[in-house]
Amino acid sequence: MRRSWFLPIAAALGFAFLYAPIVSLVIFSFNESRLVTVWSGFSTKWYGELFNDPQLLGAAWLSLQIAALSATIALVLGTLAAVALVRFRRFKGRTLFSGMVSAPLVMPDVITGLALLLLFVAMESTLGWPQGRGMLTIVIAHATFCTAYVCVVVQSRLSDFDRSLEEAAMDLGASPIRTFFDITLPIIAPALVSGWLLGFTLSLDDLVIASFVSGPGSSTLPMVIFSKVKLGVSPDVNALATIIIGIVALGVLAATILQLRARPKKARG
Amino acid sequence: MTAAHEPTIPPPRRLRPWNVVERRLARVGITGRMLVLAAPVLWLLVFFLVPLAVVFGISLATKQFGRPPYSALLSTEEGTVQLTLHLNNYIRLFTDNLYVAAYLSSIRIAAIATVITLFIGYPMAYAIARAPDRWRNILLMLVVLPFFTSFLLRVYALTGFMRGNGVINQFLGLFGIQPLVMMQTDFAVYVGIVYTYLPFMILPLYTTLVKLDVSLFEASADLGARPLRTFLSVTLPLSLPGIVAGSMLVFIPAIGEFVIPSLLGGPETLMIGRVLWDEFFSATNWPRAAAVAMAMLVVVVVPIMLLQRAQSAVVEK
Repeated sequence: MRRSWFLPIAAALGFAFLYAPIVSLVIFSFNESRLVTVWSGFSTKWYGELFNDPQLLGAAWLSLQIAALSATIALVLGTLAAVALVRFRRFKGRTLFSGMVSAPLVMPDVITGLALLLLFVAMESTLGWPQGRGMLTIVIAHATFCTAYVCVVVQSRLSDFDRSLEEAAMDLGASPIRTFFDITLPIIAPALVSGWLLGFTLSLDDLVIASFVSGPGSSTLPMVIFSKVKLGVSPDVNALATIIIGIVALGVLAATILQLRARPKKARG
Repeated sequence: MTAAHEPTIPPPRRLRPWNVVERRLARVGITGRMLVLAAPVLWLLVFFLVPLAVVFGISLATKQFGRPPYSALLSTEEGTVQLTLHLNNYIRLFTDNLYVAAYLSSIRIAAIATVITLFIGYPMAYAIARAPDRWRNILLMLVVLPFFTSFLLRVYALTGFMRGNGVINQFLGLFGIQPLVMMQTDFAVYVGIVYTYLPFMILPLYTTLVKLDVSLFEASADLGARPLRTFLSVTLPLSLPGIVAGSMLVFIPAIGEFVIPSLLGGPETLMIGRVLWDEFFSATNWPRAAAVAMAMLVVVVVPIMLLQRAQSAVVEK
């Protein structure tokens, strides 16, 4: 069998390609020297510097707030959109609606960012709202594109869902709203959690859209990182990246373990 | 319409608040469906559809100094309403070589990078699909992990890797090889796209490959086909849906990419996302940027949406 050695080697090389840059980034975050690529001894001073950088900390806090808010708005809007698309077979403007929901998935960030900025500017000059740009406009922009992602996740969960449970609840006299909160919501809850987390991650990661719709004094973390990186490699960005990678790795690890634990239960039930 | 529906609503056994509300609303012609639809429809109209109309409007304006930095389309002068449309932004798109070249080069770079990603991603997805059960989840987790770490930071990690005195060149230096110039070239842009979008290629490929029935390969081998032949005439055609899905997931975002060409590419790396960005932030020509966006919408986004629609129609059949 020739494939028996070809595949593992190819996979090993692929994983090496995926992880080598990240590993080197983590290693050099503990480097003494300002030169990021020349090793000159172990040090954690860049981490200390990180926590004494008010600009970076402020941006990180702003980004976390924006991500939580926009993921929450997107969760509500995306779930409603998914319910409408899965449960309402036919309604006026369905094609337009499903197009609007899924279009942000293929829309380049530069277009989304530019379009929303031009909208905010036009609204400000005609309606007087929103006054200036900042956190509010970034949240609106992020919620808009995250809605599309939440909708896709919830939609797939809703469409392989046993409707007879809902019908039973309604037959027993539950109102549609009661049915939704008591039956539908608990069943689609895992999709809601992953939709929210996806929205949170995407918002936290966005540079392009935020750059368009933010105003002076409201730089998000990716915007600060981008301007630092543009000026050249800096070791404190390495330290920051290491912290973020650590948090994400722990999160993904926890999620995987929970999933693996949950599986035997499912098989038994 | 409401009147025709009302008799079909079964009488409630007990009077619940919802039933009261529902009947009140039904009397003025509002159904539960409309309430569900209202919020997402309004939000998407105001923050998705209207902005695109605004972009189209401003693409027909012209740059001027002031706030906002573009001319008004409608103006009232001595009681007459004047509509002034400037087509020069669109004419410039065709007459200035920069824009046509940028569109073509974006499509070319995205297409080549997608093919490279496929060639790297396919064996990885196949290896994961054929790996023993206990390994599979760990390997999948390793594929997903980089996706959740910041995109920007992964591109940054690559700069540290490919710089003149970066890790690769230091490694080559151990063997006495002259440092290679990798940063600020098209090569770096390809590496950047492949590196950041590889998980998007692997996951759909894995999903189709893991579902393939092993007995098909056994049958093919029993009938005397060599592994390569089995791969080309059984595995590859069956995994076509995964190949298409993965390629779309890489190609679509790669076309409009801004971060990768601006951090890894050189000054001669033309990509339309970067051209739009510079038009807006450096030249502050908002109407021109709007025209570039409209052209991008027509040339890139609309064909992709139509293609996806056709594809999902085929899948449903």
